[in-house]
Amino acid sequence: MHLPWSEIVLSAMLLASGAVVFAAALALWRLPDFFLRMHAPALASTLAAWLVAFGSIVHFSTRAGEPSLHVWLTIVVLSITAPVTTMVLARAAMFRQRMSGDAMPPPL
Amino acid sequence: MTPLLSVAVTATLVLYGLAMLLGLLRALRGPRAQDRVLAVDFLYVVGMLVMLVLAIRYDSSTYFEGALLMVLFGFVGSVALAKFLLRGEVIE
Repeated sequence: MHLPWSEIVLSAMLLASGAVVFAAALALWRLPDFFLRMHAPALASTLAAWLVAFGSIVHFSTRAGEPSLHVWLTIVVLSITAPVTTMVLARAAMFRQRMSGDAMPPPL
Repeated sequence: MTPLLSVAVTATLVLYGLAMLLGLLRALRGPRAQDRVLAVDFLYVVGMLVMLVLAIRYDSSTYFEGALLMVLFGFVGSVALAKFLLRGEVIE
């Protein structure tokens, strides 16, 4: 059976992103400390999102026969917002730990 | 849609579902409020990815608007919750 190359690329990218997101969820569940756990969702919002977006662009572009770049907007917005969320949340967590007198992570 | 793509989309959605389940467990378990906010933010991102995969599955670009809205609402919600944890009020 003849398979178009774009479907093979898209399938590989989708499966890779699924594996990355699952690894991130596993880390979110298993890691012992909040500041360690903060690293996990970044995996989903960077690598996995970019894999799905590029796969989607390849799929819809080959299907339409012309560049189809709708998804670009989603990952651009995600790349702008994800660091802001992480930063504010990390500050909030440090503030709360300091206020409650818990052990702080060592300074850099 | 070829069988290869169909299997890949299904497997990806199953992996996303398992990931959301683990995120939901973390949101329910805590142990502290910031862990719950982090887990809810993660759930928003995975939900956005589910939307993008569904766009491929049903071959419709309407899902892209849903994904964009999901990113924006997830951002606003997470920042508002984090600000609340920081100050005890959202807008000061």
